[in-house]
Amino acid sequence: MPTTPSSQNPSRAEDASDAGGPLLGRKAARVDRLAELMGERDESGHGSGIWRTAFARMRRSPMAITGAVIVVVFVAVALLSPLIAPYSPTSQAWGDEVFPNQNIFVGPRGENWLGLDNLGRDQFSRMVVGARQTLMVGVVATLVGFGAGALLGGAAGAASVLGGRWGRQLDNVVMRVIDMMLALPTLLLAVTVAALVGPSLTTVMIAVGVAQVPVFARLLRGAMISQGNRDYVLAARALGVRKRRIALTHILPNSLGPVIVQSTLTLATAIIDAAALSYLGLGNPDPAFPEWGTMLADAQRFLSSAPQLAVYPALAIIVTALGFTLLGEAMREALDPKLRK
Amino acid sequence: MSSSTPLLAVDELSVVFRGRGSDPEEVRAVDGVSFTLEEGRVTGLVGESGCGKSVTSLALMGLLPDRGVSVGGSAVMRLPGGEADLLKLSQRRMRDLRGSQLAMIFQDPLSSLNPVVPIGRQVTEILRRHRGLRGSKASKEAADLLYRVGIPDPTRRLREYPHQLSGGMRQRALIAMAVACRPRLMIADEPTTALDVTIQAQILELLKDLVTEEGTSLLMITHDLGVVAGLCDDINVLYAGRAVETARRAPLFADPTHPYTVGLLGSIPRLDAPRGEALTPIRGSVNDNIAWTDGCAFAPRCDHYTMECLQGPPQLVTAGAGGGAAAADGGAADRAAGAGHAYRCVNPVRHADVVDRTVLESPAVVGDDEEAQG
Repeated sequence: MPTTPSSQNPSRAEDASDAGGPLLGRKAARVDRLAELMGERDESGHGSGIWRTAFARMRRSPMAITGAVIVVVFVAVALLSPLIAPYSPTSQAWGDEVFPNQNIFVGPRGENWLGLDNLGRDQFSRMVVGARQTLMVGVVATLVGFGAGALLGGAAGAASVLGGRWGRQLDNVVMRVIDMMLALPTLLLAVTVAALVGPSLTTVMIAVGVAQVPVFARLLRGAMISQGNRDYVLAARALGVRKRRIALTHILPNSLGPVIVQSTLTLATAIIDAAALSYLGLGNPDPAFPEWGTMLADAQRFLSSAPQLAVYPALAIIVTALGFTLLGEAMREALDPKLRK
Repeated sequence: MSSSTPLLAVDELSVVFRGRGSDPEEVRAVDGVSFTLEEGRVTGLVGESGCGKSVTSLALMGLLPDRGVSVGGSAVMRLPGGEADLLKLSQRRMRDLRGSQLAMIFQDPLSSLNPVVPIGRQVTEILRRHRGLRGSKASKEAADLLYRVGIPDPTRRLREYPHQLSGGMRQRALIAMAVACRPRLMIADEPTTALDVTIQAQILELLKDLVTEEGTSLLMITHDLGVVAGLCDDINVLYAGRAVETARRAPLFADPTHPYTVGLLGSIPRLDAPRGEALTPIRGSVNDNIAWTDGCAFAPRCDHYTMECLQGPPQLVTAGAGGGAAAADGGAADRAAGAGHAYRCVNPVRHADVVDRTVLESPAVVGDDEEAQG
């Protein structure tokens, strides 16, 4: 028996070396095919995984769908308002049918879907064109708040995480200023800005935007500081990646989620705030041009005789704000890792 | 085999954390640890949680927070531009060295990768930072790196996000990032703890190959004595911030001398133990210690302690070849013969029979020892 193993061994070794090539080749082919299959399935999902899964979750949430429908309708109306509005919002074509002094108003009818306002203008056209104003104010104000807030908060957060002693001091200074802004009530701050710059639509946008700056700044700073303590930042530092790069390509993208959600929620607040400012007479100085807040303020005088004139813009403001809030909340829930199933 | 000066000589490294407030409490996380690292060798830092392993590695990398921490001692490393003390280099210089000369592999591969950035960008980032590679050149090199650490179909993996990779694959990607610039020194902080056992073996095998192929020096931080037995050439056992036993692998496992080492080895569960037999843990926890200045910090948990143990800090004693009285150390021949075995104990354990012999007789271990002898 002692000869058997020795006689078998060489042949086995030969087998192995011979088979090594094709066997390996076959194995490699199989791996490649598997990889291809996986790759195909992956093509659809190529992109950011977090957002895709969040979207998939949101599609099943009634809250998100309701919010999205409202927002889409609102945005569509606002963008297409010149096409939708049947009449000019400023033409007083039916001026001789409305006599506010004698409490004679015209309600909804075939010609004017929502009736006429106190000056005999088509209320429906005014509502539709007003949507555009409202959307613009909301979006621009949010962008102002987002931009300035993210810049301040991002700089403070990055400085605090990576800047050492000087960075922490910079962070301290910036955040104390932000805290001071936060201490003022949003509307008061907005009124102050509007009073300083003078009433106009731009004023409203800037005022509402500035009022949102501290929220965005604090949010982004907080997110960046918490991300700054994560392992991957330590790992990036351990590989000698430059601080600026760590801040921009590692910490910032991971911190943006809550800020983006906040901007949806802010849109709702901005719309309400803008309406409030316009209501207070700090908005567009041309009262002829429709804006929901101004319309609400105008309707106030006839509240007892023609409440519908106040109800339409109020309802529009509420529903729009609700739509953005629902969408924002749904997004927050979908993106929140703690709430994931 | 190794040149006269070591790649990295850590001497009396100490790290003290200070609390904030008017009466700050001081914690000595690392209390005078000394060891040397040679090229192409694996050195282990072993000990239970809280004994200062990770803090030692972070101190060497210069990654400890700058507030409330003071680092003492020296860590002289042989760099292309001459020797330099890592602990005294400027932040800027350290940043240049990290990733190019020094690299670190972390414990949890998932949290150590940026979740929103594709693997490829995270790898090319290092290539761009330290080797100036850009564009397609960088991505080709990144694919090569991933392939080298055993990731199949690397070009596709480069486009994927960390959550699309398996645990072992993630750790391979991290290792690829660490070896991207062929660092002279790699620190692996429990690289296998977050992985399951089959993957652990593959990762250790990969690390070992990288060390032998590239001549890198690897500082392996672990609490897993199985990992130590399979991978490390030199071993430092830490306890409460100090090295309590330093030896090459074979002598440490064959003849553990410090009661703590004996306890660690004795607490490994054995497959051939009779069914139902209780494990033999070390009594108490790391918190049950006394200050090194008062005596042996391990004394409260030690089975062999006497009054002698509590009279001042025990010195590091070099064991003689036969395990007799302390012998003069330093000769190169002596080192090659497997001496350099030192322990910090006044009542050392003699001929403790606690080691599962099968661990030492595994092929990897035996094969490697022969190399070390040559």
